[in-house]
Amino acid sequence: MNWKDEFVAGVKGGIPIALGYLPVSFTFGLIAVSGGLPVWVACLISLTNLTSAGQFAGTSLIFAGAGYAEIAMTTLVINLRYMLMSLSLSQKLDKSVRLIERMIFGFAVTDETFVVGSLRPGKLRTPYLFGLISLPILGWNAGTIMGACVSSVLPAALQNAFGIALYGMFIALIVPTARDSVNVLMIILMAVAMNCVLTYVPLFSAVSSGFRIIISTIFGAGLGAFLFPKEYPDEEITGQETTVESEVR
Amino acid sequence: MTMDRILISIAIMAIVTYLVRVAPLTLFRKQIKSRYIRSFLDYTPFAVLGVMTFPDIFTSTGSVYSALAGTIVALILGYMRKGIVTVSCAAIVVVYLVERML
Repeated sequence: MNWKDEFVAGVKGGIPIALGYLPVSFTFGLIAVSGGLPVWVACLISLTNLTSAGQFAGTSLIFAGAGYAEIAMTTLVINLRYMLMSLSLSQKLDKSVRLIERMIFGFAVTDETFVVGSLRPGKLRTPYLFGLISLPILGWNAGTIMGACVSSVLPAALQNAFGIALYGMFIALIVPTARDSVNVLMIILMAVAMNCVLTYVPLFSAVSSGFRIIISTIFGAGLGAFLFPKEYPDEEITGQETTVESEVR
Repeated sequence: MTMDRILISIAIMAIVTYLVRVAPLTLFRKQIKSRYIRSFLDYTPFAVLGVMTFPDIFTSTGSVYSALAGTIVALILGYMRKGIVTVSCAAIVVVYLVERML
């Protein structure tokens, strides 16, 4: 295939991803601005981060006045899965993909672009990779701008109720998978139990909210990986359970 | 929270996220073989989202009662596999209505 055909094939793969991103990034823009950030800052976050769970988490830590170390650690923990996906994708990239091109494509490795790229037969070359990420990047930012702009004209009374929006989103992301997998349910419950201990037991009152999240997550996912290690029949990492955002669609 | 602090926080988020994504593509291109580590990485997003939600959700609105009502509605709709926007908006509406009744 020539350059153009491969690029077009990539763009086509990105269309459903971009459409799926619109409502999610819309919600992000809404929450970020109703939480007190200027519209341009909300857009800056989407433009530079391009990740749902990670930037939602980081933004709520910014609202909570968390320290830089907590923000860095939480972002790292929540996005560690990208490392796995990039590792898997790196096996699939054609040798012709240059370093600079890897550095550009790498910015847009998400749960969805990973899944679509992984499922494409054969090695992936630069035009396909660039086509694949173009519309998702556009969709993520367009949705954020729309959500951010709508938020500034919402009545104050309704904005008050938006405090729960972020958490409603998180619930929508995890409950369907927890329903299907008892293991995932148990892991969430173990992590939340640890979080409650750290939150309510006076002994741990010095632990800040960011580190509470990190400790509880490592406890839950670590114990879960020990108790319920998953089967990986082939060497391909399917990323099925890591597709947080794709559960949405 | 000053704007400088916010912008530095965003820069940290962006840099960490970028490095996590790009390092394996550029530096070490080997596959993780350990079942344990792969499972851990697979489970992490669910654990972290659960922890970010509970128990903080109960103090996210004007009162515990409205938050509780919103949580229950979100859990039910999530269980019914409703989309992210539906669940979130339904929770907002319920919180708004309950707070008006209180």
